[in-house]
Amino acid sequence: MSDTSKIINLTLKIWRQENGASAGAFKNYPSGPISTDMSFLEMLDVVNEALTRQGEEPVAFDHDCREGICGACGTVINGQAHGHQQGTTLCQLHMRNFKDGDTIVIEPFRSRAFPLIKDLIVDRSALDTLVAEGGYVSVNTGGAIEANTILVPQQTADQALDASECIGCGACVAACPNGSAMLFVSAKVSQLALLPQGKPERAKRALAMVRKMDELGFGNCGNERECEAACPKQISITNIARLNREFFKASLFSREK
Amino acid sequence: MLLDAKIPTGPLVEKWDKHRFDLKLVNPANKRKFDIIVVGSGLAGASASASLAEMGYNVKTFCIQDSPRRAHSIAAQGGINAAKNYQNDGDSIFRLFYDTIKGGDFRAREANVYRLAQVSNNIIDQCVAQGVPFAREYGGGLANRSFGGAQVSRTFYARGQTGQQLLLGAYGALMRQVKLGKVTMLPRQEMLDLVVEDGVARGIVTRNLITGAIECHGAHAVVLATGGYGNAYFLSTNAMASNVTAAFRAYKRGAAMANPCFVQIHPTCIPVHGDYQSKLTLMSESLRNDGRVWVPIKPGDKRAPADIPEAERDYYLEKKYPSFGNLVPRDVASRNAKEQCDAGKGVGETGLAVYLDFADAIKRDSLATVQKKYGNLFHMYEKITDQNPTERPMMIYPAVHYTMGGLWVDYNLMSTIPGLFVLGEANFSDHGANRLGASALMQGLADGYFVIPATIGGYLAGMANRNIDPKGQTFLATRKEAEGRISRLLAGSGKGAGKRTVDDFHRQLGLLLWEHCGMARNEKGLQEALKTIPAIREEFWHSAIVPGTGESLNQSLERAGRVADFLEFAQVMVVDALQRKESCGCHLREESQTPENEALRDDSNYSHVAAWEYTGTDTLPTLHKEPLSFENVQPSQRSYK
Ligand SMILES: Cc1cc2nc3c(=O)[nH]c(=O)nc-3n(C[C@H](O)[C@H](O)[C@H](O)COP(=O)(O)OP(=O)(O)OC[C@H]3O[C@@H](n4cnc5c(N)ncnc54)[C@H](O)[C@@H]3O)c2cc1C
Ligand code: SF4
Ligand code: FES
Repeated sequence: MSDTSKIINLTLKIWRQENGASAGAFKNYPSGPISTDMSFLEMLDVVNEALTRQGEEPVAFDHDCREGICGACGTVINGQAHGHQQGTTLCQLHMRNFKDGDTIVIEPFRSRAFPLIKDLIVDRSALDTLVAEGGYVSVNTGGAIEANTILVPQQTADQALDASECIGCGACVAACPNGSAMLFVSAKVSQLALLPQGKPERAKRALAMVRKMDELGFGNCGNERECEAACPKQISITNIARLNREFFKASLFSREK
Repeated sequence: MLLDAKIPTGPLVEKWDKHRFDLKLVNPANKRKFDIIVVGSGLAGASASASLAEMGYNVKTFCIQDSPRRAHSIAAQGGINAAKNYQNDGDSIFRLFYDTIKGGDFRAREANVYRLAQVSNNIIDQCVAQGVPFAREYGGGLANRSFGGAQVSRTFYARGQTGQQLLLGAYGALMRQVKLGKVTMLPRQEMLDLVVEDGVARGIVTRNLITGAIECHGAHAVVLATGGYGNAYFLSTNAMASNVTAAFRAYKRGAAMANPCFVQIHPTCIPVHGDYQSKLTLMSESLRNDGRVWVPIKPGDKRAPADIPEAERDYYLEKKYPSFGNLVPRDVASRNAKEQCDAGKGVGETGLAVYLDFADAIKRDSLATVQKKYGNLFHMYEKITDQNPTERPMMIYPAVHYTMGGLWVDYNLMSTIPGLFVLGEANFSDHGANRLGASALMQGLADGYFVIPATIGGYLAGMANRNIDPKGQTFLATRKEAEGRISRLLAGSGKGAGKRTVDDFHRQLGLLLWEHCGMARNEKGLQEALKTIPAIREEFWHSAIVPGTGESLNQSLERAGRVADFLEFAQVMVVDALQRKESCGCHLREESQTPENEALRDDSNYSHVAAWEYTGTDTLPTLHKEPLSFENVQPSQRSYK
């Protein structure tokens, strides 16, 4: 760290909680000298290394790819899921977005459907349960036809991919005042509703995933648009409109229950 | 130890069909009587779990992450190869086979690679049927691009996130089986050991990463799909949790480890920029289609790139390899970057970087065109480095990326331990000494969707003893060992003079490997590494700080366990690199070079797979050789001039 103009010092207010059953509280930590070239998670690494050397337990947080694609990372930074930068996962947020002397409040995603496990780690397995309900095309291995017999207009494929870019991080749920998973579910439903491969199970999928969402303790969508603002992949809420259409059509006309 | 590759007889093109016919089958009604453990939920593990469950087996799938969808495969960017020949440019199964064998510098098995090329087309069909949104042409057909220096366009892709889209397809198939009750998914569970009873794989011991509980799980077969070991180097493009633990534990229980020194170093990554850095970011290789690689001609030239006139720039790849230019294979591009930096011509703060310049492409095709192709990569680069690559050349440097080595497997993907199968990057099987771009995704899915569903039945149908008791002696003993290790790791916790963090040890090991077992290797350096590794290990066990307890979520403990295994495994890598005195693919032994400093293979002495057998932590492993024979291609010296 030769370039001193790139060094900042911060105060971190971090949520510490031993497990889901115990009480949690914010604790203050000085960050020590931080290079503005670091990513947010590298900054946490530095803090954790220092805690470890002092014999204290480091702050637990989820992370893996550190390039914005696995969806593992994510905490609330100064009140915003993944921090204030639009379209960015926490691991891609760099410290040059902060100023010397700043206080940063770091807390876990809070939502009824995401029970806390430890410190900044929450249990997002409800999102997997939602996918199990129908977030796929029911095709067994070996049963596929020659790929180019299914033609998909380029624009449709692009739209499907826009929706399928969702990384399952759960920020939309954490940001939603009602704790709704509509953006997440709508991204999957849209991808498969747009593509010919997804059409046969379209009605069944929309009904099953929406019903499961209620069952798992996710709230209803109140059109607050907080989810879209927090989403690191900028999944559009037009997907929610599509999900609503799919759902109503299915409830009115489909024989699926 | 017997290395029987079980390659079917007969002509190359008929081997796989013939083999599938010859394999014993499990009666459909009996499949539900068999339990299979799959460790890993990446492309290989998720595709295997889903396919085996669809067939009727009871599957238990484990992964470290909180969700199977987050396996490291999610990060793959560039694409997946298949021999569809949709572009009518002369591709064929044989050409994909040939390119893979040649790209691997003639150190892979012909029969395996041919099968891979054969099933590559089924993979694309399968993924499209699942709704994977691949890139398309205006007419609605699938689009392709050329990738990694291939002379044909055979790479299927979904923007820069092909791995994500393929994995979401496989994950969907997996979750469907979870819903149907055929797969039990156990996330946040780490395999700590393999249970081997009477010489046969019978189950695994895991740690529940939330509660810390150590658990025994029994099954009729164990499938490892636990990915590569690139993180031995500390810094790599791999995800943070990628590790060697599962594979290494299997090795210690008797599975041979093949070609562990074959590690691919990718030429286009964002350079290291600080000692706090936790991982390296890959910049897709597709950038080399339009970017020109250069360094200043004068060593130590610290001028800004724009101030260095054309005549004082060295476009070394174009100069040295006129026919391939900037598109030479990964190993060649990486080595040349290192050579330039070693000669003092490296750029940037550390001098460990070269330029990848888009100025000419922008002049030729317009800024908008170049942006359209690479916009998301430029954006990612700018986020990390705060520099705009359309205004100032990108800086890149090689980084550890992929491991061709791994557990030895036969044609059925079974290791030297009966009942233990290994898929995906965790095995050694298809890429020889160097992997071609877009071929890892293909191999992971080939193994999981098409190979293991066929071969596992052959093993299960002939299985003698089907009684498995996870409460039995062998399980308990293995579990006790795992618990003992955890206690030992935690025993050193607490601060104090001379105490160091686990990351600190990992970084030290990584630097050592990078230095001596990285892009260029020689006898002296390897010997030194071989001496130093046990010393680091010794200190680790005395002085590593591991705070917290074993009975709760403890990320320090998780990391410590993985680093402890890297500290043993590294030795096997170095021993392997020492043994292979030739250069081949990624493995450049400085003693074995042509007069023009290109890698020089030695087919008469090293045309073999080096499979290592564990003999003890403080003794060197025993080498077994599986000779490679080439009946359908003629090994030649690779030339990209
Ligand atoms: C940045 C990047 C880009 C890439 N791009 C491409 C590309 O464009 N094309 C291409 O072909 N290849 C690419 N590759 C390579 C390719 O992504 C990998 O080789 C491949 O995805 C590996 O898949 P896998 O299923 O074998 O293992 P992984 O995806 O690594 O999965 C490993 C699984 O094992 C689990 N696991 C590991 N250890 C344990 C344990 N002890 N206990 C329990 N579970 C465990 C993990 O949780 C995970 O689920 C890229 C690699 C990187 C790093
Ligand atoms: S929709 Fe966006 S915020 Fe929600 S899980 Fe997907 S990527 Fe995350
Ligand atoms: S760590 Fe993978 S998205 Fe942030």
